[in-house]
Amino acid sequence: MNQAVGTSLAARLNRLVDFAPVLVALLLALLVSSVLLVALNADPLAAFGFMLEGAVGTENATAETLVKATPILFVGIGITIAFRGGMINIGGEGQMIAGALAGTTIALALGDARVPAEMAKAPGAFDLVIVASALGGGFLAGALYGGLAGFLKAYFGVNEILSTIMLNQIAVQMMNFLLNGLLLDPAVAGFNNIPKTARLVTAAQLPRLALPLGDPWVFARTRLHWGLVIAIALAVVIYIFLWRTSLGYRIRAVGENERAASYAGIHVKRQMMLAMFLAGGFAGLAGVVQVLGLQYRLQTDGSPAGFTAAAGFNGIVAALFGGLNPIGAIPASAFFGGLLVGAQKMQREIGVPASLITAVNGLIVVFVVSSEIFILQRSKRRVSLQETPLAPARASAKRADSPDPADEPTAEEAG
Amino acid sequence: MNNPKTHLLPTGHARIESLTMSGIVKRFPGVLAADKIDFNVRSGEIHALLGENGAGKSTLMKMLYGLYHPDEGEIRINDKPATIKSPIDAIQRGIGMIHQHFMLAPSLTVAENIALGMKSSRGFQLDLDVVSQRVIELSDTYNLKVDPRLPIWQLAVGEQQRVEILRALYKGAALLILDEPTAVLTPQEVAGLFRILKQLAADGHGLVFISHKLHEVLEISHRVTVLRDGRRVDTIPTRQATRPKLAEMMVGRPVLLEYAKNPPDPREERLTMRDVSALSNRGATGLDAVSLRLRSGEIVGIAGVSGNGQQELAQCITGLRDVTAGSVMINGRDVTNAPPAALHAIGLSYIPEERMIDGVIKEFSVAENYVLQDHGHPKYTAARVFMLFNKIREACRRAIHLFEIKTPSTETLVKSLSGGNIQKLVLARELSRDPGVLIAAQPTRGVDIGATEYIHKQLLEERDKGTAILLISEDLDEIRALSDRIAVMYEGRIVGEVVNENVDIEQLGLLMTGGE
Ligand SMILES: Nc1ncnc2c1ncn2[C@@H]1O[C@H](COP(=O)(O)OP(=O)(O)OP(=O)(O)O)[C@@H](O)[C@H]1O
Ligand SMILES: [Mg+2]
Repeated sequence: MNQAVGTSLAARLNRLVDFAPVLVALLLALLVSSVLLVALNADPLAAFGFMLEGAVGTENATAETLVKATPILFVGIGITIAFRGGMINIGGEGQMIAGALAGTTIALALGDARVPAEMAKAPGAFDLVIVASALGGGFLAGALYGGLAGFLKAYFGVNEILSTIMLNQIAVQMMNFLLNGLLLDPAVAGFNNIPKTARLVTAAQLPRLALPLGDPWVFARTRLHWGLVIAIALAVVIYIFLWRTSLGYRIRAVGENERAASYAGIHVKRQMMLAMFLAGGFAGLAGVVQVLGLQYRLQTDGSPAGFTAAAGFNGIVAALFGGLNPIGAIPASAFFGGLLVGAQKMQREIGVPASLITAVNGLIVVFVVSSEIFILQRSKRRVSLQETPLAPARASAKRADSPDPADEPTAEEAG
Repeated sequence: MNNPKTHLLPTGHARIESLTMSGIVKRFPGVLAADKIDFNVRSGEIHALLGENGAGKSTLMKMLYGLYHPDEGEIRINDKPATIKSPIDAIQRGIGMIHQHFMLAPSLTVAENIALGMKSSRGFQLDLDVVSQRVIELSDTYNLKVDPRLPIWQLAVGEQQRVEILRALYKGAALLILDEPTAVLTPQEVAGLFRILKQLAADGHGLVFISHKLHEVLEISHRVTVLRDGRRVDTIPTRQATRPKLAEMMVGRPVLLEYAKNPPDPREERLTMRDVSALSNRGATGLDAVSLRLRSGEIVGIAGVSGNGQQELAQCITGLRDVTAGSVMINGRDVTNAPPAALHAIGLSYIPEERMIDGVIKEFSVAENYVLQDHGHPKYTAARVFMLFNKIREACRRAIHLFEIKTPSTETLVKSLSGGNIQKLVLARELSRDPGVLIAAQPTRGVDIGATEYIHKQLLEERDKGTAILLISEDLDEIRALSDRIAVMYEGRIVGEVVNENVDIEQLGLLMTGGE
């Protein structure tokens, strides 16, 4: 009677139903935003129309959405690994900066060494050695920066949420210091200018991305670059890594249950560090790809999010929204990219204050993330309340140890 | 009827004169967990619910407590139809449940845990003093001694359970469901619990009592309902029940309650412990200069009241706890403080006592859990990196079949298996690793009698094949039935060792409680 039947339709339906709260949350967020808009004498329908148009209305809008989504996706993949390993990495911002600093330095140095000065601006040049070294260096720098928090957690019990937040501050100050000094573009040195590095030679840049779907090619005249392809490919790689390899298995085991993992002979501390190492690495990639693919130099306005545009935080939300699955992070990042780009259009067209846009973004994030938590809660309730009291303290937002929803970790704020 | 007082319990809450479930059906993906079940409890009655692992006992009770909702059927309370929407709803209707696995917040105090989720007369402020006062009153009435100011983590399991009962009573439970409350208790604690349950029933509470131990059911209950594969086999007055009869009703065939055992044939020494000491979780002495020898082809039983160093002993052998002095040797190799992975490699298997925390990862599938140690083994991986899930599933399916584990598929998450089936999965995994030394801690706790019989037979078979087995159990019957030698632990030391022939039970009991 109770014997094997395989996955039933009911199970599949159940999974479908799981997405309903996300949609409801979106609607709710739109509703509350509408109230705010009406209060400011703006027509909400028109406002959201502009938002949609701004996000995907034109070829260029869509491209911009994807451009914004790219760093969010890189960070989101990394955060997914961290969460799966039971680590809450709030340090995406700092790790992005670490990656960008290292990657840019490498790209500049190798550019000088390998490309003669007269070829520096040659269109269409591409040097795989420079690009690969810069990407690798950026990954490694971010990984070490994230891994540091992992190390502190594993061997000294330092809470990784706190350490990563503090490391963010350090990274921002470090960047401001270097961009005003050592790395400052010699061309602008001495002027009171935006802190920025010299421009990369073309051979060090990631090529633009266009799709052969028409003439001219789709996206040919936009800023879309190959970073997106790299990110999507890596999302698939990390999916396989987490669910098909023994290394990924160990990370997930530690994330779910440290005691069972050590019982299984898994080196728990090592997995913690590895999870943070990889998470930092992906954030580092996000940083260096912003430079190689988009800005062609590292520059900031000196503010904390001056370089990252808060992708290090938005990536956390995208990871949660994507169900802590790297594949899920792909549409989730695109969604948040669209939100950011669309909001700009809305602001331009109806002239509402910029802070309202931030509020609307925040609302969507809060509602969506709480619906995620609601889903997790519900699936918890569904499988009964079989928690044992003396289980080791666990700290990831994807799990709820208490049957009381009030104890839930709250949503991270997005910039 | 005329005197409304008789409708009230000593706690001041209304009685539930009768609660009736009829034609209850509950389906889970791939499982019919309740198939037209009829069940009723009356005020003043202790109604035992019996059945094999996965028979649907917890599921049926969770429907009463609003955690699950029946797909079909009706629940009536005091003859009025009732739809129990949620645990909060259940509590308001006077239904309380003590879960198979406790649900207290370890860092909060007893009073805080009891007040958790309660409305307070002072708005958002908690009247912790009021709660404490009431807790003390309640615990006086029912002799449920606990200090409301202590944090949960400092309490023994039996005390934690009392807190759970107090919490339910505090919230006004007239009907109390206890899901395997004795599984984690020492015999003394069980006796204490039974006194409480009898008094609760005498006062007019209704009680549902789930257990796999037939003698407990016979001792405490008034009626017994037996479930099998989601169906009700029968409900009979306990007076008419006997152990063999209940066993047969549960399993559907006569069950051996005793086994024939081949004479022991011990061979070379596999495990040697010399003066091993270790700290307990609280930093006190957990293990105090324990020496032990375990040979191939024998079962050594460790008897003792739990909490006397058994867990520390197992963890020191399995590399999960630091040995502070002394040495552990396996197959003649010094493995003192060796990491677990190294121990697995030389053929050590361990069935941990706290299987839900140590033995499985609940969010992982059955197949993933089946390779908890061997997930990187060459036979399950390509290039030691890519896991070959087809091979893993195949091996897992074989184990499911061999050990009769009830699960819809190898992909089911372990958290949705019943407690006993999780234990079978752990056992299957540990035995499949073909161990030279097996540490089995409470291997049949929470396991039904059919499966207990099976596990016991497996252990004896392993022993005859030459495995060295250390059996740690609180259940003296189990120790007596399986062991060749018995060592008794008390306060972190081995206080006596006997050959398991004509053992003086009195003497063992005395040793277990620290007497001479
Ligand atoms: N949330 C769930 N999802 C899917 N299946 C479930 C769920 N809860 C229980 N089941 C299945 O329902 C059946 C009955 O489980 P239940 O926990 O009620 O058994 P039980 O009689 O309490 O067993 P045990 O004595 O082992 O505790 C089992 O086959 C179990 O796998
Ligand atoms: Mg159960």
